Amino acid sequence: MSKTLFNSGHTACAGCGQSLAARLVIDAAGPNTIVVNNTGCLEVFSTKYPETSWGVPWIHSLFENAAAVASGVESAVKYLGKGDQINIIAQGGDGGTADIGLQALSGMLERGHNILYVCYDNEAYMNTGVQRSGLTPFDTNTTTSPAGSASFGNLRPKKPMPEIANAHGIPYVATASAGFAQDLQRKVKKALSLKGPKYIQVHVPCPLGWRHETNLTIQVAKLAVETGLYPLVEYENGIISARRQITPKPVEEYLKVQGRFKHLLKNPEEIKKIQEIADNNIKKYGLKVEPQQQVNPSA
Amino acid sequence: MKEFLEGSKAIAEIVKLCKPGVISAYPITPQTHIVEGLAQIVADGKLNAQFVNVESEHSAASTVLGSVACGVRSYTATSSQGLFYMAEVLYNIAGMRLPVIMTTAARAISAPINIWNDHQDVVSLRDSGWIQFHAEDIQEAVDLHLIAYRLGEDKSIMLPVMVCIDGFVLTHGVENVNMPSQEEVDKFLPPYNAPYKLDVTNPMTLGPLVDPDFYTETRFALNETHREALELIPKIILEFFKVFGRNYNGLIEGYQIKDAERVIVAMGSVCGTIKEVVDELRKKGKKVGLLKITSLRPFPVAHIYEALKNIPKVAVIDRALSLGSFAPLAGEIRAVFFGKPKKPKIISSFIVGLGGRDITKESIKEIFRLLTGKEKQGEFIDLKPELLRESYE
Repeated sequence: MSKTLFNSGHTACAGCGQSLAARLVIDAAGPNTIVVNNTGCLEVFSTKYPETSWGVPWIHSLFENAAAVASGVESAVKYLGKGDQINIIAQGGDGGTADIGLQALSGMLERGHNILYVCYDNEAYMNTGVQRSGLTPFDTNTTTSPAGSASFGNLRPKKPMPEIANAHGIPYVATASAGFAQDLQRKVKKALSLKGPKYIQVHVPCPLGWRHETNLTIQVAKLAVETGLYPLVEYENGIISARRQITPKPVEEYLKVQGRFKHLLKNPEEIKKIQEIADNNIKKYGLKVEPQQQVNPSA
Repeated sequence: MKEFLEGSKAIAEIVKLCKPGVISAYPITPQTHIVEGLAQIVADGKLNAQFVNVESEHSAASTVLGSVACGVRSYTATSSQGLFYMAEVLYNIAGMRLPVIMTTAARAISAPINIWNDHQDVVSLRDSGWIQFHAEDIQEAVDLHLIAYRLGEDKSIMLPVMVCIDGFVLTHGVENVNMPSQEEVDKFLPPYNAPYKLDVTNPMTLGPLVDPDFYTETRFALNETHREALELIPKIILEFFKVFGRNYNGLIEGYQIKDAERVIVAMGSVCGTIKEVVDELRKKGKKVGLLKITSLRPFPVAHIYEALKNIPKVAVIDRALSLGSFAPLAGEIRAVFFGKPKKPKIISSFIVGLGGRDITKESIKEIFRLLTGKEKQGEFIDLKPELLRESYE
């Protein structure tokens, strides 16, 4: 096995999808990379002083400002005349990206900084104990959107972050998944080969928050894609350039292995609503493998 | 060279001479002329810097945090609400030991919204870990920026420095200013050589999680550095004098206090007005004086004690409030004498000049007059009692 830039010995939970994805991202980026990290699980489990997992220069400031700190890092690197030699990655969880950090991220994208922003989307505030975020899916049971006799959990669908990022007119936007390692690494490399702001959103299962078995991380991640609930898409210069096509599985297969959706299993009406979300994705992004059609080998 | 300059223009010019590689700011009155000036300087190719127009003060502070973490000298400026919006980043910058230099155009805070000068914004940030200087006039504001970079970037200090200048009074006022040459500035201020930075050839983790086993020591060290800065500032000031020929104390300045019976303690541009009043009253044989606080952080406790210990009557002017408690500067000046063998008989506290209300020579004379009577506690000067009669009954 080749040397990694994200070393073992950190304190992530067993089966953590984010630690897996973070390693894949930095190893794809390589040693000439500076990482700016929002506050969140990844920062907490990888940098407990006096130890660190990071084999690249790495900085954490606050919950919501990685995109702005990275803007400063990129400006400094440019000032030093090293703009073409060093990759800059800003990264954070879904809350730090889509909620509290959205303004800073929008500013970073709009100003055209040469930065790759990676959002590790585990669909809730896991570091503080599974509270609902703007990227929590519809009907999810979290600690602040609990299911109860008068509620099926989270009231709203996921905020369309990839489309919001894409609306900034940036060269590259992609969704990826901890369940598809090579695809994720290919997207990171592709993003870093392009100048300007890039956004990749990686779906990362959280066994603790999603309440699935720790050995099911990859499987759960794959099911999200294979049901159409987490479409893997790439946009280049605003236009969809690639998608991972699927032979759609019913959403129930994805829902039933996770405790956060357990309350839905006896409510077919709710499962129907979630199936509609998947069906809409399948239609909107053209995810379904047609008869005679081959799966895009690069996706 | 003496030039007749607006304060903001003078500050933009001195920042240019300090050669920051990254400037980031978000507009807020009355800081705007400073960053507009710098934007033009960069646009004209007179300064090789990245000018980052961010979407908020939070991001302005975060951007310079990132650039200084790369070992590049940086600059930002703000005021009032902008300073408050930056607040969590400012604490973070100090804790991360990154020498960001910032000009703060001191301004009142909302509500009610008010764009004019007082010290409520800057004084609220006194516990942030930033070194905080207060300028009396434009010349001092210019000089304090040079001192700020030199001090903050010193390897023994590595702290951010905020130069507070009174909004409008100094940002928009004009003065004859002695602007130094590039050669003089280069002689005084070496290029920034960061002892730690984000560098792919020497990877480092900055801003890690620190648990109870280590956290206290980081804060202890921060506090110790403020103490050490008290010793370094006079040495830097001496070098400043050698290069530029202007002399400051850098911590406090006594004006006619040696034999004074009544002394006003104050910060910022009001000190100019007080000096005029002192001169007038001295001509009439009144033994009055001024103690100007230049460095609010670190707070020069021993220097203030020495300066005031034999003064019978002291008045502290606050252009800020600590609502529900003592006025901030007055509380700290009183604390200087706690348990000490010598102390003034009276330390009166006055609130004056909030939200840009003029502090006239009459206001200052009134304070000196009131010092002949009983000790006053948070007494408002120039209050309009007729405005306090409204009722909702």
